[in-house]
Amino acid sequence: MGGHAQLANQFVANGERAKWHDQALWFVRQKRDNISHAIPEWETLRETASQVKLHTVTHLAQYLEEFEKNAQAMGVHVHWASNAAEHNEIVLRILQQHEVKRVVKSKSMLTEECHLNPHLEAAGIEVVDTDLGERIVQLRKEPPSHIVLPAIHIKKEEVGDVFHEHLGTDAGASDPGYLTEAARQHLRENFLAADAGITGVNFGIASTGGFVVCTNEGNADLGTALPNLHIACMGIEKLIPAPEYLSLFTRLLARSATGQPITTYTSHFHGPKPGGEMHIVLVDNGRSDILGSDEFRRSLSCIRCGACMNTCPVYRRSGGHSYQATVPGPIGSILGPAHNAAAHSTLPYACSLCGSCTDVCPVKIDLHHQLLTWRKEIRVRGLLPFTKTFPMKVMAQVFQRPGLYAFGGKVARIALRLMPRWMIYNPLNGWGRQRDLPTAPRESFRDLYKKRKK
Amino acid sequence: MPRVGLFIPCYIDQFYPDVGLATLEVLERFGCDVEFPTAQTCCGQPMANTGCTTEAVPLAERMIEIFAPYEFVVAPSGSCVAMVREHYTDLLPLSNSLQEFQAKTFELCEFLTDVLKIKKIEGSFPYKVGLHQSCHGLRELRLARSSETVGDNFNKARQLLETMEGISFAELNRADECCGFGGTFAVHEEAVSCMMGNDRLADHASAGTEVLTAGDMSCLMHLDGLNQRKPKPLPVLHVAQILAGRQPVTSASTTSSEESV
Ligand code: SF4
Repeated sequence: MGGHAQLANQFVANGERAKWHDQALWFVRQKRDNISHAIPEWETLRETASQVKLHTVTHLAQYLEEFEKNAQAMGVHVHWASNAAEHNEIVLRILQQHEVKRVVKSKSMLTEECHLNPHLEAAGIEVVDTDLGERIVQLRKEPPSHIVLPAIHIKKEEVGDVFHEHLGTDAGASDPGYLTEAARQHLRENFLAADAGITGVNFGIASTGGFVVCTNEGNADLGTALPNLHIACMGIEKLIPAPEYLSLFTRLLARSATGQPITTYTSHFHGPKPGGEMHIVLVDNGRSDILGSDEFRRSLSCIRCGACMNTCPVYRRSGGHSYQATVPGPIGSILGPAHNAAAHSTLPYACSLCGSCTDVCPVKIDLHHQLLTWRKEIRVRGLLPFTKTFPMKVMAQVFQRPGLYAFGGKVARIALRLMPRWMIYNPLNGWGRQRDLPTAPRESFRDLYKKRKK
Repeated sequence: MPRVGLFIPCYIDQFYPDVGLATLEVLERFGCDVEFPTAQTCCGQPMANTGCTTEAVPLAERMIEIFAPYEFVVAPSGSCVAMVREHYTDLLPLSNSLQEFQAKTFELCEFLTDVLKIKKIEGSFPYKVGLHQSCHGLRELRLARSSETVGDNFNKARQLLETMEGISFAELNRADECCGFGGTFAVHEEAVSCMMGNDRLADHASAGTEVLTAGDMSCLMHLDGLNQRKPKPLPVLHVAQILAGRQPVTSASTTSSEESV
């Protein structure tokens, strides 16, 4: 089987933990439902946001130029990176030019995608993730399992263990208040000692050259207010045309992500602070390829709210790490194969095609249809294993011959009635390990229909 | 008298003949002239959903041809109707015959509420019904308001069932979460699929469901498969069977014909 199914199997094997994970995320989905259902115009907001994003990505070159020009006019250094390696090199070079030893970084899925941390660490620069969840996974030396809630897979007792080991909190302590306070003190020291701050970007505004970072912990503000050097890493799809569209997205983002009316901090950056220096690194890393494809272009509209993960019945029961991709869940199962189809070929199949992601997505990406389209792509590229294609070939042949189909059905039903249970429920029967097969009737509907007509 | 071509999904034909009969009876009760063209086999959904487009195309072409003579095509399955209406355009080039076929194909409940405008189902069903919202009917055909979207609530299956005497509904904790069937997903992702199904069954159990029903037999096949391994399996009926006046048999699964070897 391999791929997602195998890791999902391991996750589900710990039934109690899988249930806890499912419920923790369902709780977030419910919060999102409650707050979005309180807004009668919710569907209009989604539709408008979808249109704005689609318009922006189809005019991306023009908006990027506008953004660059306006940012430069405010004294920002703008860099272009065509892939992850270039991005990492650019960031490292800026840091080295300023002889930076210590960096604080607020949440950025882009730097995860580019694997920036190991690149900087290899050059002797210490990177501290300042988002609490990200700091927890960083200390555990593992990747985030969710794009908004990076440590959602970790129980508070386990956080207590990590903090005991790294921050010296009391052994066995698991009180969230106590642990958060310890993290706050620890991070504060890092903020004060940092020579540079790195942030992500939620929204870049083409008409002003400014950008907005949304956090709940204020770490982006602190991380950029203290050091003099601010580097913002931004995917080229993060643009919106003008500030008047911003409220549309901030309303949708926080509600969809965590069921909050707005994120606690919505930090606006327009040029460097007095005496400081600001850099924006614009990163492509496969995005323009997606832009060029009619089927998958809409996936670039994603505002990384994580709602499709919270609602996905498969994600909730298999955990973010089972996707083995920077972005997990439904959107990750589209972006992953777009980046490397062979490595992520099982992800589009980690989906029951229920469509809940599509209905929850604040920018109306047709996620489950794109996943279906990816399945076709995977077949066409020869990445679908024989064990999946062969039964389909046989079935298609049978279904084109009604006589053969009726005969085959009859034989199967007789066999099912006559075979002893142990033979039917053999270890190769993937259906029957936990499930009974239907009781095979003597006559099919077509048999009964013919009799009835006589 | 509307002339209806009855579209019976392959697995219903083979394993749940009574669901086909119930559909036929309901349509006839409301004055339809119903015929089951026996050349039909499968709409091609299993192949298409696995990504095997080339295998699905000839099956889609056959469907259009076979059902060409009818005014309407009705199936007791939201999923197979969604395949025709929402996904045949991914398989075949746009043509008049394709568009006609898509426009005249309906899931049973929506055909009753929207085309025949049925307001009342005669008969009594004195049970607390757990109505499982099959995803393709819900989020592709929009047979009901999905819990994610905001707007006026509606539910075509419930709207019909509600008019039967004595019926009540179990109110679920998660109104429309997927059962985990998902076609070949049920086997390729067996662990997650079964956990999803068991979670649905637990939700129904705690909501006091006495009879489990849905508009799609495929979801029910998966749920009942899990259900049959429980100490006290719930009776399971397709919505068409309830509308046709079937009553649950409380010990074993009632969805297939009741004979045994
Ligand atoms: S695809 Fe939609 S729901 Fe998923 S993270 Fe992106 S914006 Fe949110």
